[in-house]
Amino acid sequence: MELTAEERRMAAGEHGEALGIATRIVAEAGRLLGADRLVPVASAHIDGCLYHGDGGVLFAERLVAAGGRTAVPATLNVGALDLLHPGRVRFDAHRAAMARRLMDAHLALGCRPTWTCAPYQAGHRPALGEHVAWGESNAVAFANSVLGARTNRLGDFLDVSAALCGRAPHVGLHLDANRKAALVVDASGLSPRLVGEETFWPVLGAWLGAEAGSDVTAVDGLPPGVAEDRLKAMGAAAASTGAVALFHVVGSTPEAPTLAAVAGDGPVRRVKLTSAMLRGARDRLSTAAADGSIDAVAIGSPHLSERELARLAGLVAGRSMRVPFYACVGRGVLETAERRGLLDPVRAAGITIVADTCVVVAPVLPRAEGVLMTNSGKFAHYGPANTGHATVFGSLEDCIASAEAGRVLRDEEAWS
Amino acid sequence: MTARVIVPGTATGPLLRVAEPLSFWGGIDPQTGRITDPRCAAHGRPVAGTVLALRRTRGSSSSSSVMLELLHRGVAPAALLMQEVDAILVLGVLVAAEMGWPTIPVLALPWDAHAAFDGRDVVVREGWIEAAGRGECLGAHRG
Repeated sequence: MELTAEERRMAAGEHGEALGIATRIVAEAGRLLGADRLVPVASAHIDGCLYHGDGGVLFAERLVAAGGRTAVPATLNVGALDLLHPGRVRFDAHRAAMARRLMDAHLALGCRPTWTCAPYQAGHRPALGEHVAWGESNAVAFANSVLGARTNRLGDFLDVSAALCGRAPHVGLHLDANRKAALVVDASGLSPRLVGEETFWPVLGAWLGAEAGSDVTAVDGLPPGVAEDRLKAMGAAAASTGAVALFHVVGSTPEAPTLAAVAGDGPVRRVKLTSAMLRGARDRLSTAAADGSIDAVAIGSPHLSERELARLAGLVAGRSMRVPFYACVGRGVLETAERRGLLDPVRAAGITIVADTCVVVAPVLPRAEGVLMTNSGKFAHYGPANTGHATVFGSLEDCIASAEAGRVLRDEEAWS
Repeated sequence: MTARVIVPGTATGPLLRVAEPLSFWGGIDPQTGRITDPRCAAHGRPVAGTVLALRRTRGSSSSSSVMLELLHRGVAPAALLMQEVDAILVLGVLVAAEMGWPTIPVLALPWDAHAAFDGRDVVVREGWIEAAGRGECLGAHRG
């Protein structure tokens, strides 16, 4: 791998110790990944601010002490604390203090305190074709697929290093040839009724992740102009059940006005999607019985958009949730929603707002086990391992009706 | 048979082979170093001090954080053998090196290469892997 003369000076620490550390890490990652060079990036989204242990805190503080400063605009993913609602995350004193230190260190590096897994809802929307360095799997899938920006799935430490030196390994999805579809999914045989369901999209994503792994996919045969929230739900699920970092939806995502536009030179696998395949994927998102009692409901993975919050507010107005119900939101969307008065009916229904973090990455749920219901493919996938809860997947309407009743109520009609 | 040196170093320990795809995040407890993924046959066993051989990894991007934490707490494997190089895991080792903490050798070699050594003490040094005290060479090559 070739570094420019300037990059070699950066790596040697000639422009400061922190820039030296960051450049060496990016360059070494590039060497491991087989990159020919580094590529300048326009922005970064950093997932390394979630507390996993003291080692990561000490590294971030080392970068700060060594004079680290982001070279490009950088947003922050969720932390392990809800800074707007102290006490919502039940950490012991040590963990709470370390989680806070990690978040503070990233602010000291010059990152924006967005604290959301949906930076694209916080004004961070790179342009079509722009090279960026993003972490967090759903954000990566969204940036590549829905915005047409270019990033690989960056691991913790590589994202912040890329933000400090303004470069990423020139490999993978930064290259035109690697953005073409290796898997083409023909969805034209599905009923319009099913495709019109909100739950169709996370289920499609969950199926896609398991089928595609890390392959780039093109889904063809769906009505054009799919709404952004639906693509978001699809990508988050696909990036949970598989390593999907880029998918094209023909007629909806910017690089795929036609199927031919995303056809590459390599071999292509073709799958005719059936409703039976999707029913299987939907079933796998539930690990608990779909007719028993529930202990909690969680929505907002990825964090709710303003439009999703407005829909929630409309649906729950005047109703009352019997089981703990959590809505996870980024603080930017929360502020706008507060101004619009969207939160009053939500709070009045007994729903708890979680900001800056979420119930699957931090201990927020009241119990260590039980049954968690969600309309998020990502929550459904990670819920059992991360929260100890069995999961039931359903629509937002199902989640609300079930939270009112204290047991699972699902409208099965579209899926039967 | 060749082993490609990803991170150089020397280590000795019992060979622990994990055949199932493993994500360090959600699959290994960063505090104790025990394998927590119930889908692994080695579920419940500590990785500390082992020569840990992975057939495949599952790519959580937070696995680098778990790797760093294992090194920071002194409960990391003594060496890591991977069939395919998972850059995310190696990142954790690289960051430990930048922090001045002890690191571990990382080698890439085919899964079948060490099948006969399962559970035995092995020595890893600069691209060589051998059964401790026996001089049986699994193969080496400085890559």
